[in-house]
Amino acid sequence: MTSALGSAPTGRDVRRARPTPTRAHRLRWARAAGTGWLYVLPALVMYAVFVLRPLALTIQYSLYDWNGIGVARWAGLDNYLTVFTDSDLLKIIGNAVILIVFFSFIPVALGLLVASMVRRITTGAFGTVVRTILFLPQVIPLVAAGIAWSWLLSSNGLLNQALRAVGLGGVARAWLGDFDTALPAVGVIGAWVLLGLCTILLVTGMSKIDPALYEAARLDGAGPVREFLAVTLPSLRQEIGVCLTVTIIAALASFDIVYISTSGGPGLQTTVPGLEIYRLAFSQRQVGLASALAVVLMVLVLACVLPIQRLTRGEKP
Amino acid sequence: MAELLTRFPRRRTVLLTSLLAIGMTATACSAPGEDRSSNTKPDAAVKTELGTDPITLEMYAETGFPLAKALADEFSKQHSNVKFNIREDQFTVIVENAPRVLASDNSPDIIRLPTMVDLVKDDLLKNLDPYFTAYGWDKFPASQLMQLRVGVGTRGTGSLYGMGLGYSVTGVFYNKKLASQIGMTQPPATVVEFEQLLAKAKTAGVQPIMQFNKNTAGINFPHQALQNQFGDPTQVADWIFQKPGATFDTPAALKATQAIQKWAQAGYFPKDANALDYAGMVGEFQKGNGLFMFNGDWESANLDKGMPGNAGFFLFPAETAGGKHVAMSAPNTFGVSAKAKNPDAAAYFLNWVHTNATAREIAVKVGGSSPGGPSDLPVPAAAANTVLAETLKASQQLGAENGAVDFTANATGGIFAAAITPELQKLVAGQQTPEGYVKAVQAEYAKELSR
Repeated sequence: MTSALGSAPTGRDVRRARPTPTRAHRLRWARAAGTGWLYVLPALVMYAVFVLRPLALTIQYSLYDWNGIGVARWAGLDNYLTVFTDSDLLKIIGNAVILIVFFSFIPVALGLLVASMVRRITTGAFGTVVRTILFLPQVIPLVAAGIAWSWLLSSNGLLNQALRAVGLGGVARAWLGDFDTALPAVGVIGAWVLLGLCTILLVTGMSKIDPALYEAARLDGAGPVREFLAVTLPSLRQEIGVCLTVTIIAALASFDIVYISTSGGPGLQTTVPGLEIYRLAFSQRQVGLASALAVVLMVLVLACVLPIQRLTRGEKP
Repeated sequence: MAELLTRFPRRRTVLLTSLLAIGMTATACSAPGEDRSSNTKPDAAVKTELGTDPITLEMYAETGFPLAKALADEFSKQHSNVKFNIREDQFTVIVENAPRVLASDNSPDIIRLPTMVDLVKDDLLKNLDPYFTAYGWDKFPASQLMQLRVGVGTRGTGSLYGMGLGYSVTGVFYNKKLASQIGMTQPPATVVEFEQLLAKAKTAGVQPIMQFNKNTAGINFPHQALQNQFGDPTQVADWIFQKPGATFDTPAALKATQAIQKWAQAGYFPKDANALDYAGMVGEFQKGNGLFMFNGDWESANLDKGMPGNAGFFLFPAETAGGKHVAMSAPNTFGVSAKAKNPDAAAYFLNWVHTNATAREIAVKVGGSSPGGPSDLPVPAAAANTVLAETLKASQQLGAENGAVDFTANATGGIFAAAITPELQKLVAGQQTPEGYVKAVQAEYAKELSR
């Protein structure tokens, strides 16, 4: 997906390639461009109706005090002020930032480790089996994953049974209901879901690395660790960028896993912006504040993801 | 996808921005929402005849509440020209959808309602006052319909906006086997006696209270049961009905919260209450894990099936012996949409539910709760030796003592999710003080009323 976009000529390239414009040329080009627009039109209409319009409406709603039905009252930037001053909402945004560690850093780090280990067995029937198993969490609906994990982590769940069996009964607790462990427990579910995606992306990236590079490194006396740091890691820069982007978005915009496993509790310990937006809009009927939080969340996602894009988009060495 | 974000050529970015700008101007011309204040006046002329023309009543009911469908089926059997089209959702989904469903063009005729004040404010519900007069609902005990009245900014007085499909009562279910095991021969007569039983159970290795506290705060049941007893219950009712000046920050609420904290520290609630949801609680109680469970009569029929002969029920005791019982009790509220196509037939149905003998029997057998209606009509009997019979009796006793109050969770649309639930979860986990709890709930209440 990324390579196709990367190799497509950009608008600027086309312009540079154009010969000195004459009137006929210009006319033909204009007509071609018009036809181009015609091809894009259906997609553009869908995009405008289902992406741009809701986005514009959300921004508009965020400037009003509105319950979703009655007459709205102009609120200016009051809703944004609330988002940045309400201690509960700040905690909720903080929870999402903590989740980045679990949803993003852990899957990418573990993914690199697993990918380096299974790199050599990616071909053949065994490779397919390995890939399928690794990718499985990604295929399971998040709701099902959330339910399965909440059983696993419940006070009489498998995890606690295992702990009690080895004499660690004192550690056993309701992992998702305990104030100290609820957020990390939700994070573990997210890490489990996203590990497969990262591993598959990284394995695919590794299979594209020129074996000659490894051979050269080995001739220079590099061990497996040095090989990984000098060859694998730099070559995977773009894949790691994609992994980080996708998983950070998943962390900041998380909803399903949290909704199913903890509903944001106990207290506000696992409440994330996605859940709070939904609650504010539909159960507390504060559409304006919910929209403002949604806009802030979008800006936060962009603020996290754009620098990563900038850092990792450089050409491969 | 990833590179799309940064590799967007400037020209396309400009295009996108302008498209967004067009979108914004197209939508931003007017403020969202509409003024619907045109139909505030109750319709003067209403019909109390059903007629013979075919009618299809659209009903929006609650999943897991079979009473609505059972009543609709019986009504169609008795009135062949009326058919029902029933759509069901989880109650929480109805709470979230009700305003939009009622405002839409295919608004249902009869709808299961959450808190009504906001809906009335937005003119989404039909004022039932004309039907009240036409059908003579003034013969019902006034307290029965009080919770369904909405006035200017308050509830409890004003015009009628809903009727109950059954009137529920809450209290304490107990496991009879475990009760005799710890030497409980009769229901406790005072709060102190109740606490002594809790301590006895704990010593005997029996889980004293099986109560959920995940998703929504089930521990609010015992909390309010205590709060009702530790002070004047009208204070609680005033707060729920949003009477001016009412506050949650009262000595009674504080004392109740301190008791809950004490119970939590003593291990009277399950250790994993914050990870236990409603269904989990009922399941555990039926399995025999727990001496007491604070819950309502909607669970009676289920318990009679799940633990036949082994479940008992009592109203939460008063602080001093012989004191008045007070319990949370609420109608299973159904209202008529302001946009209903057949409001007269809907009201006819609601009246029939309260007055028809078969309907009243269905309310007891299927719904497990009192059918309400005029005080001179007999309440159908439930089978002997069932917990259903006990809850019905408790319901009548409560009516006679005039001790019904609404749930604090219903005070405002957001109070349960935004304050009571998270703060009670904190309290039982030792992360919140009783003083902090009372203040936090009141702060959220004040915030919501100021909007």
